[in-house]
Amino acid sequence: MSGIALLAGLLSGLLGAMGLGGGAVLILYLSLCTDVPQLQAQGINLLFFLPIAAAAVTVYAAKRLIQWKMVLKISLSGLAGSAVGLWLADALGGQWTAKLFGVFLIAAGIKEIFVKGVAKERKKVYNNRK
Amino acid sequence: MIAVPLLKQVGFEQKQAHINAVAIILPITALSVILYWRQGILPFSEAVGYIPTGLLGALLGTWLMKKISAEWLKKLFGALMVYAGVRLLAS
Repeated sequence: MSGIALLAGLLSGLLGAMGLGGGAVLILYLSLCTDVPQLQAQGINLLFFLPIAAAAVTVYAAKRLIQWKMVLKISLSGLAGSAVGLWLADALGGQWTAKLFGVFLIAAGIKEIFVKGVAKERKKVYNNRK
Repeated sequence: MIAVPLLKQVGFEQKQAHINAVAIILPITALSVILYWRQGILPFSEAVGYIPTGLLGALLGTWLMKKISAEWLKKLFGALMVYAGVRLLAS
């Protein structure tokens, strides 16, 4: 495997483990540096994420940083949401779904960059956890 | 890109949101993989090569998660969201 490919894998794993995987470094690499078609690239990215996330979660769980009840709750909603999302994408067509989601991401992303984070007492703070 | 803001909304601090988001995204990704597999288009042999360095990256990522400041994590995440959004609009 080429050096760049290995690096792409490394970076994707790094970002994925940090919950930053949405940037899809791997998909970017695949579309820019290989002739792998879009759908297959997405499939590779999805499959790749499974062991990476499993490794990261294992480490986090060992450090007792995972809040399982909440994770379970939201995962279940997420799975239901995915079903709705798939139906919606089917109804709206890929283009509109993508654009809708794109607008949402840009707006939310700009907020993340420019709006200062707020520390509230009820938030579970990483560095103060035992 | 949805899990992290959602968790923050629920009251999680930045890093905790990211950490637990990874756990949440895992089953959802598994569902997508199953859908690909059922359609017979799961690119197993193409993906396998990236996994070893990917795993190394994941371990580095868990270490980096401890080191990075919450504020920088937030900005980085925001930048990635904007980038992803722009790519979607341009598609």
